[in-house]
Amino acid sequence: MSSTPTSSTPATANPATPETGTARVKRGMAEQLKGGVIMDVVTPEQARIAEDAGAVAVMALERVPADIRKDGGVARMSDPDMIDGIIEAVSIPVMAKSRIGHLVEAQVLQALGVDYIDESEVLTPADEVNHTDKWSFTTPFVCGATNLGEALRRISEGAAMIRSKGEAGTGNVVEAVRHMRRIRGEIGRLRGLDNHELYAAAKELRAPYELVREVAELGKLPVVLFSAGGVATPADAALMRQLGAEGVFVGSGIFKSGDPAKRAAAVVKATTFYDDPKVIADVSRGLGEAMVGINLDTLPDGERYASRGW
Amino acid sequence: MAGDPVAGDTAPEIGVLALQGDVREHLSALRAAGASPRPVRRPEELAAVSGLVIPGGESTTISKLAVAFGLLEPLRARVAEGLPVYGSCAGMIMLADKILDPRSGQETVGGIDMIVRRNAFGRQNESFEAAVEVAGVAGGPVHGVFIRAPWVESIGAGADSLAEFQGHPVAVRQGNLLATAFHPELTGDHRVHGLFVAMVRAAGR
Repeated sequence: MSSTPTSSTPATANPATPETGTARVKRGMAEQLKGGVIMDVVTPEQARIAEDAGAVAVMALERVPADIRKDGGVARMSDPDMIDGIIEAVSIPVMAKSRIGHLVEAQVLQALGVDYIDESEVLTPADEVNHTDKWSFTTPFVCGATNLGEALRRISEGAAMIRSKGEAGTGNVVEAVRHMRRIRGEIGRLRGLDNHELYAAAKELRAPYELVREVAELGKLPVVLFSAGGVATPADAALMRQLGAEGVFVGSGIFKSGDPAKRAAAVVKATTFYDDPKVIADVSRGLGEAMVGINLDTLPDGERYASRGW
Repeated sequence: MAGDPVAGDTAPEIGVLALQGDVREHLSALRAAGASPRPVRRPEELAAVSGLVIPGGESTTISKLAVAFGLLEPLRARVAEGLPVYGSCAGMIMLADKILDPRSGQETVGGIDMIVRRNAFGRQNESFEAAVEVAGVAGGPVHGVFIRAPWVESIGAGADSLAEFQGHPVAVRQGNLLATAFHPELTGDHRVHGLFVAMVRAAGR
């Protein structure tokens, strides 16, 4: 299942010399982000606004998904200078996106020293068959998924964190809800199966049996599960957490809104107090205009990012 | 003030500061170490526990949320009155009297006479695991998981270093306060949490 067996399962030994890039260190990094908000930023100034608002990490990219949609064309990894500038500007972790299957973009991002690589459907896929072998990297990866089978295939390739795909750049949370409910629902169904049925379930999910059994035992993914794609308001973020997301990515929703600093801080607070409607009401006041959303039935199939990857 | 004094063999009620971070792992490690753990996000919840864990997470986020939700002063007050507190990674930073390189507006609870350097071991690519001998934890070295971890730059006379790695203290105790730069909650080894639960029991007697 893994090309580098040393990192396929958390180490149990007590190494005398420090070991980097282990599964425990990669997955453990995502555990530290739980309960937090990861924000898309395109400039060092935006990165500082995100950090000041309490973001747990920033995603450095050249254009937010809403602009990628508007501009069209091929969307690629960001300029290294731009990523360096953002790494320089903040002390919180910095993530960046590579195209699906573009292992060289991923190698470049690792060389730049980003803290997490998002092998992302928001960029134009570079390979229509294969995702990147993520075990072969020291830098951990997060990948999108629309259902449990897809999440487990990404984990078998070495992803150390999963996010629902949603539909990025739309400001419409409906797809994020669909994917989160589906993933959680499929996990719930596995819990009810006996040992004999898990083999058939693995076949149905097109996922490795060992991972399917692990999920059935744990009642959750073996890695952290965030939500992404369409979160635009504090209530959206809290909704995703109530549906089982351990944290949220906010893309275009912050810096395409009227008052980014205030909205960013409000989304952070609503993510922590996701189950307290009074707090969510308080932080939702006077935020100015939310990003203009897109109704998904007006979106042509070719412009649905969630269908990229498999 | 704390609730009922902790009797010798009942499970002490220990909170985990649940503003952000790996709260679930600390709750389950505390449970395994014999405590009765609960998440703490509000001043009234803080007032009801006899010990507190500040988890790993992003120290800037935890600090900003603690200020925004009116927890910072209550935390300082309870530390001053002797509440046992254990912090891992971001929690260690929150317990430091001083941060070498704080972000603007980054406040700590303080209590341990030390200066910490954030992300001292490097970025995520430099994150590592290694064996660490911790004074007061019997049974061989603990498995130290260091994730963008801080180290202790300098330590005051009132605090004791319990463990060092690459020449820097990575586990520190001062009175009822305990801090580690690494994450025992990610390992399934509950000895560090056991040490803290024993500190909480001792403080309740």
